[in-house]
Amino acid sequence: MPDEDTILTREGILAEQFDDLAQQTEAGTLGMWIFLATELLLFGGLFTGYISYRLAYFQGFHEASGHLYFTLGSINTAVLLTSSYFVALAVHAARQGRSRAVSGWLLGAAGLGAVFLAIKATEYYLEYREHLVPWMDFQFEGAYPAHAQLFFIFYFLMTGLHAVHMLVGMALLLIMALLARLGRFSAEYHNPVELTGLYWHFVDIVWVFLYPAFYLLNPHS
Amino acid sequence: MSVMPYTAELHSHETYLNRSYTLRSWLLTKDHKRIAILYMGSITLFFVLGGFAALLMRINLLVPAGFMAPDLYNKLFTMHGVIMVFFFLVPSVPVTAGNFVIPLMIGARDLAFPRLNLASWYIFVAGFLVTACALVAGGVDTGWTFYAPFSTGYSNTFVFLTVLGIFISGFSSILTGLNFIVTVHTMRAPGLTWFRLPLFIWSLYATSIILVLATPVLAITLVMVAFERVTGVGIFNPALGGDPVLFQHLFWFYSHPAVYIMILPGMGVVSEIVACFSRHCVFGYKFVAFASLAIALLGFLVWGHHMFVAGESIYAALVFSFLSYLVAIPSAIKVFNWTATLYQGSIRLDTPMLYALGFIGLFTMGGVTGLFVAALGVDVHVHDTYFIVAHFHYIMVGGMVMGYLGAIHYWWPKMTGKMYPEWWGRFSAFTIFMGFHLTFFPQFVLGYLGMPRRYATYDPQFQILNVLSTAGASILGVGYVLPLCYLLWSFKYGRDAGPNPWGATGLEWQTPSPPPTHNFERTPVVTQGAYAYHEMEPAGA
Amino acid sequence: MIAEFRLFPESASSISSQVDHLFFYLVAVTGFFVLLIFVLILYFAIRYRRTRAGTCPPVASSNRLELTWTVIPLMLALTMFFWGARLYVRMFDPPADAMDVYVIGRQWMWKIQHPEGRREINELHVPLGRPVKLIMSSQDVIHSFYVPAFRIKHDVIPGRYSVLWFEATKLGTFDLFCAEYCGTNHSRMTGKVVVMPPADYEAWLAGTVPDESPARAGAELFRSLGCATCHGQQAPTLAGLYNRQVQLADGSTVLADTNYLRESIMDSTAKIVAGFAPVMPSYRGQLSEEQLIQLIEYIKSLQDAEQAPVHRPAIQTEPRPSRRLP
Repeated sequence: MPDEDTILTREGILAEQFDDLAQQTEAGTLGMWIFLATELLLFGGLFTGYISYRLAYFQGFHEASGHLYFTLGSINTAVLLTSSYFVALAVHAARQGRSRAVSGWLLGAAGLGAVFLAIKATEYYLEYREHLVPWMDFQFEGAYPAHAQLFFIFYFLMTGLHAVHMLVGMALLLIMALLARLGRFSAEYHNPVELTGLYWHFVDIVWVFLYPAFYLLNPHS
Repeated sequence: MSVMPYTAELHSHETYLNRSYTLRSWLLTKDHKRIAILYMGSITLFFVLGGFAALLMRINLLVPAGFMAPDLYNKLFTMHGVIMVFFFLVPSVPVTAGNFVIPLMIGARDLAFPRLNLASWYIFVAGFLVTACALVAGGVDTGWTFYAPFSTGYSNTFVFLTVLGIFISGFSSILTGLNFIVTVHTMRAPGLTWFRLPLFIWSLYATSIILVLATPVLAITLVMVAFERVTGVGIFNPALGGDPVLFQHLFWFYSHPAVYIMILPGMGVVSEIVACFSRHCVFGYKFVAFASLAIALLGFLVWGHHMFVAGESIYAALVFSFLSYLVAIPSAIKVFNWTATLYQGSIRLDTPMLYALGFIGLFTMGGVTGLFVAALGVDVHVHDTYFIVAHFHYIMVGGMVMGYLGAIHYWWPKMTGKMYPEWWGRFSAFTIFMGFHLTFFPQFVLGYLGMPRRYATYDPQFQILNVLSTAGASILGVGYVLPLCYLLWSFKYGRDAGPNPWGATGLEWQTPSPPPTHNFERTPVVTQGAYAYHEMEPAGA
Repeated sequence: MIAEFRLFPESASSISSQVDHLFFYLVAVTGFFVLLIFVLILYFAIRYRRTRAGTCPPVASSNRLELTWTVIPLMLALTMFFWGARLYVRMFDPPADAMDVYVIGRQWMWKIQHPEGRREINELHVPLGRPVKLIMSSQDVIHSFYVPAFRIKHDVIPGRYSVLWFEATKLGTFDLFCAEYCGTNHSRMTGKVVVMPPADYEAWLAGTVPDESPARAGAELFRSLGCATCHGQQAPTLAGLYNRQVQLADGSTVLADTNYLRESIMDSTAKIVAGFAPVMPSYRGQLSEEQLIQLIEYIKSLQDAEQAPVHRPAIQTEPRPSRRLP
């Protein structure tokens, strides 16, 4: 429901501070890109720490990586990439004003996101059972237990932070799917779908870096 | 882009202040001007708290053995740093003058994202409340720099709560910076090209770039610290092969650019005030504008100069020292340009101008001592001593706090529609300037003599200089209390200011004081550069 | 305790007056510019104060002026950089014949270990005119070893060694401060550096209670921890290892300094010697800082495989090579 501050025009919802929809769209898009830049630096701090220890303790990190569930991680990568494809299809549909398709593809992407998180939760549980969680009775039988502990701290922190972002992304996807279903978007006005798509693609790209960093260091089932 | 005529009825004296007096209208406002006032009240309170901690510290330092237990002193200097850096200096000008003035200066109705702006304020206050819980629960004693492994594994104080509070407030910074960047890019009035923008906008734009890019790194670093506090294992722990120096790299990667977050807005304010009170375009406009961007960019490359004796390699130290000298140059360019602006100007030493000139003088002194500490051979001796404390206080207090007070006094008539009593203003500025020197100049001497910082007790040879410094601090304190009093007084009793009491250029002065909620009756169209004083009527003496 | 009021610190090391010279240069140059700005502002504020006929000419900008006041400060800044850099390199490049002293920082005291055996708490006795190299680590948090009169300082870090060197040029007692905040009694973690005439230092070193030299204790550890089982047979020999270049398995070479020795004991597989397998176990968590120092001193004493550690006399018998920067 628009409050008294917005003008409902034939094109969509124009917020009061903007002169026209084009300005609002430009502002929203620039805002999302800047926000993604901040997210890049947020993960960047963790990547910096990870890289510096990996360079120093390659053997230990290599050994620890072998204890990850390579198959599950790889399936997850495929799931997430597919979900990004669904989102791209949703954006494409939005540009054509096909709201039901938008809703469908976004729900599909959110569903795949849920699959990803379920698989991730399974991995976490299995790793917990194997005493690989650094702060929960960590036991490691290899040559470099201290370095393995460092590896797993980064693993849980970084994939955990990624999972939190996935949850936020899924919430956005569901909200956008609902709004599309309610007919809020059109070929002329669908910027929120575009911006949600940007966010989801970003979360996907982060995973594209996490996967080789952790799983491909020593891939074996 | 079409120009939207403002079609609603405008009551003859409706302003953003008297539009509605309900608490709800304030707490749920989307008006950037009201949000600026909300922020101003908050940071004033935080400044008083941080300043009170400083006063207690300086009292303790009157005698070598101190009056208080070292643990209490350690908590005081930590809270002083945390509050002043994160809850006063970083927000200061951007959230008050920035929020209030930016849309007015560019001829817009509001910022790009008004609701995000309000959210920023709530997040900021929430962050402070969490930190305040740590304070009330018993305090934190790690220093505002939270070095590992002391903060992660040895401190017995409320580290987790404190870093959580700072983490939360960091999002306020990020969202404000994001809002400003988008606003400046997309909401300028017709005809307002980049090189017609006031230099205040350039400064805040550069500040916002740093806000959005640097703050996330602090956020994630604090997450790592919080993680280690909660779980007991962490990546900075030497027992695991962790590297405490890695913490320092990550921390200073934010905290060095943060000092430019803290000073660039003040520089923007000085540009506005110096132009207005010498009725002169700022000399070298483009150079000053680009200098702001250069400071922002180079500021990201020098963090290692905090670590010359921390264990970084000699090669890293050489690179960081070299880059630190480079980053000094744009600041020097600004100082020369401001000085040249005065040449053949028509100068009035009103209160804002006194603060602006005080900024230039004290920032210059603090800035040149940066050349001392960038010199590797000297920094070995003065690092972690009172020389450093004096260096950054000259810039932050002598520079930035004076810049903040200058901004408040300059835009006070616009914000409130009232004038403050001028002679009290000048007297306070003078008191602050003198009190400041007495407080902090002796600390340069103390530092070179070898008195380390963060010392609750000290060797008796340092006492005389400490007593001088404390005496200065009490004068400085009086200087800060005065504006609090007369500015509040002027709300009710000050004379009416009118739309442009200073005869300044700038779109913000083309609208009533205080402005109506929607700023302009009609979107202005800009046809000339920012400081076209030569085209104005000569102002009265 | 030096209780007299001073405005400038004593200068008591070979480097301190060099630091002061750079400092004075900085004061002179920056003082000039600060004064210039202050005078100009004051002058302009008075000379151009607003009168009734207050019109201003439009500002003429000047690229030449901008260039001038960019280039000149830049040149001056570069002189400061080069001077400071030269000094810094000198400050952290210990002479080859410096005598080693070990320093362990811990909350809230300094533990000093002379290789010949004497131990001290919060005091460091050194001979006049002889370069001293401090090899420092922390048992807990980061501290910083700071002697203002010598103008030297370096952080003392857990998990690695940092090195600081100086040559005292004045007899007397000088303040030692911890300069990195380390908790409750950071400001009480102070001490004294006592500079003695060389002969007195020798006498002091012999001392009333001869403590066991760390190298001898290290020899015992070397045996009891099982190091002797492998080293000298299927593990690299340690005789003459210290300060030699080592060829690693990945093709690179590294200098076997104290940090290398420490790392090899704690994380042996970080750098594998060429031709050997990565089978040495890690001793992380099994050795205190003191024991690490003892082992390292023992290894250093194996310069000649058969000889016991040699006590070097403090009195100079030959001129030191002059230090020149590369």
